[in-house]
Amino acid sequence: MATRHIISIKDFDRSEIDRLMDHARQIDSKKYDRNALSGKILAVLFFEPSTRTRMSFESAIARLGGTSVSVGSVDACSMAKGETLADTIRVVSGYADAIVIRHPKEGAARLAAEFATVPVINAGDGAGQHPSQTLLDLYTIRQSMPIDAIDVALVGDLRYGRTAHSLASALSLYNVRLHTLSPTGLELPDTLATELADKGMKIVNHDTIEEMIGLVDVLYVTRLQRERFPDSASYFNVASSYRITPELLTEAKEHLIVLHPLPRVDEIDPRVDESPHARYFEQSKNGVPVRMAMLMDVMQ
Amino acid sequence: MTHTEAGENEGLLVRRIRNGTVIDHIEGGEALNVVKILGITGTTQEALSIATNVPSRNMGRKDIVKLTNRELSKEEVDRIALISPHASINIIRNFKVCEKKGVEIPTVIEGLVRCPNPGCISNTNEPIRSKFRVLPTGLHCHYCDWVIAKDLTSYIL
Ligand SMILES: Nc1ncnc2c1ncn2[C@@H]1O[C@H](COP(=O)(O)OP(=O)(O)O)[C@@H](O)[C@H]1O
Ligand SMILES: [Mg+2]
Ligand SMILES: [Zn+2]
Repeated sequence: MATRHIISIKDFDRSEIDRLMDHARQIDSKKYDRNALSGKILAVLFFEPSTRTRMSFESAIARLGGTSVSVGSVDACSMAKGETLADTIRVVSGYADAIVIRHPKEGAARLAAEFATVPVINAGDGAGQHPSQTLLDLYTIRQSMPIDAIDVALVGDLRYGRTAHSLASALSLYNVRLHTLSPTGLELPDTLATELADKGMKIVNHDTIEEMIGLVDVLYVTRLQRERFPDSASYFNVASSYRITPELLTEAKEHLIVLHPLPRVDEIDPRVDESPHARYFEQSKNGVPVRMAMLMDVMQ
Repeated sequence: MTHTEAGENEGLLVRRIRNGTVIDHIEGGEALNVVKILGITGTTQEALSIATNVPSRNMGRKDIVKLTNRELSKEEVDRIALISPHASINIIRNFKVCEKKGVEIPTVIEGLVRCPNPGCISNTNEPIRSKFRVLPTGLHCHYCDWVIAKDLTSYIL
């Protein structure tokens, strides 16, 4: 059987996504074999700092009875000595039963999969793909509502925000109307907008959060990076006009959920944390069962 | 002299060759890019003649490239379709057209163009060739998914 890798959400069809999420839900309700991956080793190969993704993968393998091995720090690893990623992957394939990789270059995980003799899971490649994030985003939506005939809003930097891109691609497999709100110059890339439209997705672009808030079932907020703006005045201007506050949410549908890939900065007022709309901490917690389902999928 | 559509013009522009390949019906102005795609540079060995903007009955103007002592492979020929889908390939042996074929747009191209994304893993020292899927929207990088929608020839390696 061919080695199974998880590189991009675009490699999945809807039934595969649904199956993974069903499995994650089963795991979430504690119905799983705690020794499912006993004796198996996961290599955690992070060439870029990350705390959450890394910890949740390590916790996922531990909960399934397996163990993980990893490099200490980026400058201690062989990449700093000029070894190619291809060679690193060939070597690490001999140490572990699967590899989870985060790398600053786009396409690095795809390359890794070509040289690995064990399954590779992409945990983020530069500005590229981060499929486990997308799966846990979808999972969190599905916890609250069926992903069918719903309105999902993406807010923030939609040009460079990879989580928003991958989520939009995945949602195009479902019956979802997409709403966008982004500063001038940080809109969804044309190529992506065309790709989504070709898949039959309806996209509505908005100018203010106020005009959009009452229309949507899911509000997916992403970080605005100060360095994307010409000066800090224009950053603060946009950031404050996009800020999610309890006052704004009084205009929202009752069942609206607010998601954020975290870490957040100023995008969401901390007072929102107490509201029933807030699901971003739940979302990050969902990273574990979703990653457990992914590990079982490729390692069993 | 001849009854071909290029007629006398072409006869004057390029000599007959004994063995090689004639790439005919290239979009007007694209001959140099065809040469580039074929990897022919001042330092490679082929004797090459190029006629550009030759009047053509069907195309208005066309370019022609003639290569001596080299028969092109299918992979090489199909790359030409990326910039000139109507090109025709004539294999010449002993002054005669022995084989005539069209060009087909390939589904994947490897090692021809560089990914425009500076952050792409294919632009590093990894032991791989660049690889693109050819889709209606352009060339999609196999590694990072960037799209080359136009000006493909400016990315030739
Ligand atoms: N021996 C040769 N040397 C150089 N060019 C040739 C030779 N034989 C044919 N050609 C060129 O190859 C192309 C195809 O030739 P041919 O099949 O005779 O014409 P057509 O496709 O126009 O009917 C034409 O551009 C012709 O001028
Ligand atoms: Mg002719
Ligand atoms: Zn690329």
